[in-house]
Amino acid sequence: MLDYRQAWNRLATLFRTAAVVAMFWFGCAPQTRAQMSMPRPAGKVAGTPPTLGPAMMDNQAFAHALLGQFEGRSGGSGSQLRWDGEGWIGTDMNRIWLKSEGFSDSKRISDGDHEALYDRPIPRMRYLDGQVGVRADLDSGPTRVWAAFGIEGLAPYFFEFAPTLYVRDDGHVAGRLTGSFDLLLSQRWIVQPEAELNFYSKDDPGRRLGSGLSDADAGLRLRYEVRRKFCPYIGFAYNGKYGDTANYSRQAGESTSDPRFVFGLRLWY
Amino acid sequence: MRRESKIVGEQVFPVNRRRFVRGLAAGGALAAFKWSGWPMSGEATPNTPSTVTGQDFSLTIDSMPVNFTGRRAAAVAVNGTVPGPTLRWREGDTITVAVTNRLKETTSIHWHGVRVPADMDGVPGLSFRGIAPGETFRYRFPVKQSGTYWYHSHSMFQEQTGLMGALIIEPRGKDPVEWERDYVVLLSDWTNDNPETVYSNLKQQSDYYNYHRQTASGLIAEAKKKGFLQTISGRASWARMDMSPTDIADVSGATYTYLLNGNAPSANWTGLFLPGERVRLRFINGSSMTFFDVQIPGLKMTVVQSDGNDVEPIPVDEFRLGVAETYDVIVSPEDNAAYTIFAQSEDRSGYARGTLASSAGMTAAIPPMDPRPQRTMADMGMGNMKGLKMQEMGGGGMAGMDMPGTGEMDAKTVLKSADMDAMAGMEMGSSSGTTPFPQPGPATMPVMAMPGTGSDEAKLKASHPVHMHTGPQVDNIAMNVCDRLRDPGDGLNGNGRRVLAYADLRARYSGVDGRPPTREIELHLSGNMSRYIWGFNGQKFSNAEPIVLKLGERVRFVLINDTMMEHPIHLHGLWSELENGNGEFNPYKHTLTVKPAERVSYLVSVDTPGRWAFHCHLLYHMEAGMFRTVVVEP
Repeated sequence: MLDYRQAWNRLATLFRTAAVVAMFWFGCAPQTRAQMSMPRPAGKVAGTPPTLGPAMMDNQAFAHALLGQFEGRSGGSGSQLRWDGEGWIGTDMNRIWLKSEGFSDSKRISDGDHEALYDRPIPRMRYLDGQVGVRADLDSGPTRVWAAFGIEGLAPYFFEFAPTLYVRDDGHVAGRLTGSFDLLLSQRWIVQPEAELNFYSKDDPGRRLGSGLSDADAGLRLRYEVRRKFCPYIGFAYNGKYGDTANYSRQAGESTSDPRFVFGLRLWY
Repeated sequence: MRRESKIVGEQVFPVNRRRFVRGLAAGGALAAFKWSGWPMSGEATPNTPSTVTGQDFSLTIDSMPVNFTGRRAAAVAVNGTVPGPTLRWREGDTITVAVTNRLKETTSIHWHGVRVPADMDGVPGLSFRGIAPGETFRYRFPVKQSGTYWYHSHSMFQEQTGLMGALIIEPRGKDPVEWERDYVVLLSDWTNDNPETVYSNLKQQSDYYNYHRQTASGLIAEAKKKGFLQTISGRASWARMDMSPTDIADVSGATYTYLLNGNAPSANWTGLFLPGERVRLRFINGSSMTFFDVQIPGLKMTVVQSDGNDVEPIPVDEFRLGVAETYDVIVSPEDNAAYTIFAQSEDRSGYARGTLASSAGMTAAIPPMDPRPQRTMADMGMGNMKGLKMQEMGGGGMAGMDMPGTGEMDAKTVLKSADMDAMAGMEMGSSSGTTPFPQPGPATMPVMAMPGTGSDEAKLKASHPVHMHTGPQVDNIAMNVCDRLRDPGDGLNGNGRRVLAYADLRARYSGVDGRPPTREIELHLSGNMSRYIWGFNGQKFSNAEPIVLKLGERVRFVLINDTMMEHPIHLHGLWSELENGNGEFNPYKHTLTVKPAERVSYLVSVDTPGRWAFHCHLLYHMEAGMFRTVVVEP
């Protein structure tokens, strides 16, 4: 089992590697405002400067972050804070994604899951990206570090989904499936059903996770888009634990079925 | 708004007066050439950009605070105005324009539609290095054409932030079109947001600015009209592709305020006329992303020029003005009244508005906006285009198909008798096509193919078929593409008005290059809306090689639009002769709007060497990769 420090070192190494990769990919892309023209191979036309090329912004790096869930959950045993967000930086073809989610209540932080992924559109797929990277479970429980392989994108009927496979030492394999859908009641009132399912191949008593389908978090949120980037919402969320995971929870005196009202903000940058 | 405009006026006045004096001097010099001068320019409200005439110009580009919306924002101004001053040149003059950059970033001015040597074309990275901060660049070139054009920055998003202006080139001979009064109507779209933010928002959410998406509440209304099952299946077929039929404009009135000569609709730019006068309106679409549908309720407009080239007069009620296109129209208001110049955006999210009035302060009713168009499966290149389009047209819909000439105003009245001064001094290009052809005019002669040497259509070398498949850069490939030249465009069929279509454009003068093309270049307009990546043949600019042309050849460009949006395609430096069935009278254009699932072809005489830009004139599409370098090798 890894201790926190070891995990942190591993993470730091990985981020350094990612940064080097990112610099390699993006190095030539972002253009400073003042320096408009980037060198391109010489043209053969007489009378034109040979080392110029038009400065399009089609390979520019962008950065965006979406905090899809930033909410209080009330009801059940005390209130909880839930966050779930993801951000990316990069060009059309090469991006680094960062994802983070977790629960926080008065006692502890749980389900703390943080990922750093390299993302690239899958050839011949219009809306699907392949992602490879690392996931770290960092919260009040013992730390785990996983290698992550996933797909994220738009399935037909505007269904957003992201299945991810995780592998770590000792043959532990985990899976996660997330999906969501925006149902527009009007231009600004939007209902979003959303679900996340987690699977594990082996029991992990330290994190009180059993094999098989361990837990599901599903929600139905009604948001009002004051602006696209600022959307308060209310809704209902259900968190359920299953199989051995449910047994661990019962042993700890926690409920295995946790329906709650939620209120929060959806923000993006 | 008003106060701000006054400030603008004060800022510009000294410059204006100085220009005016210089203009007089130039006019004096010109008088020696028996030049009668142009007809009186109309008086308009103080908010009209000033007009500068002559042969030597100096333009200063600087940032300036503006207030079009009730909120202050920063714009890029030319000589202290947004839009910049209207430049009036004269065919045959050699023009010098010294452009001084007072911005903190590189700038440039591109003379849109003007045939200049490649190093004067103003595209940083292709023509020159751009104009660095603090630097003055001197443009100098002979003007060998006439008509209505415009100028704009070709650097970053400066065009969106106001760096543009009208450019009018007076013909050397007498203009065949007659009028008593002349106004520029420069339409543009303004946002207080930083255009880089707009672009970035589109990358994250491509329908960020679309507040007309299909909703559940809209479904009920639609189901009542079309029936529940048909509504559901219609929506499902779009959703299956992750596309939306409401995808009309990428950037909408949600952030844009539409301007007419730099005036918001409430500021109501007004042009005055005397009843009975013929008024020439020079419509220029200087916007970054907006197609305008232009009408003047109560007045028939006779289109006399398109993209700077005279066309046979066509009376219409309405026309769609693609980004960067120009149309000159003649209107003849007969009575003491006011008329609204109404230019609604294609997605009906807003409009630009001005007034033609017989006395200051008069206004006319602003018509309601038309229903929002929706894309059909035909726009996706799926299903039978003809069948679908015909279904859509109800009642007076076929009006759009009528032959021109039904207008109340006799088209010929705006024309002088067709005799042109003399056939003496006929101009023509070299038969090898290696020196620039003149613009077609009353005194130009077509160069014909040398018998035996010119290739005919049968020997035409077809372009390599383009192999494209859907993927990250291509979200759709149209299965059925067709000629939509008779179709005025989505949202304009069946509105009961006579709307201009490309098929109506017939050049006033025969083309100057009678040689048949020797090869074809096929280009698919492609993109992935959701990822906001645009390109040609499934490749964005930075992945693609330049298009290489040989000086002297004549080439057919074939554009096939695989996307569900219109794209105004602009080729720098060379004319695009739209093949719309008029043979030697095919119209010359500099910007061609290609409708969804449309196949359009045009001929190009490759007569000027250099490296030229070729791109979609929707600014954010261009920046997102819908751009190619065209190299004309000597």
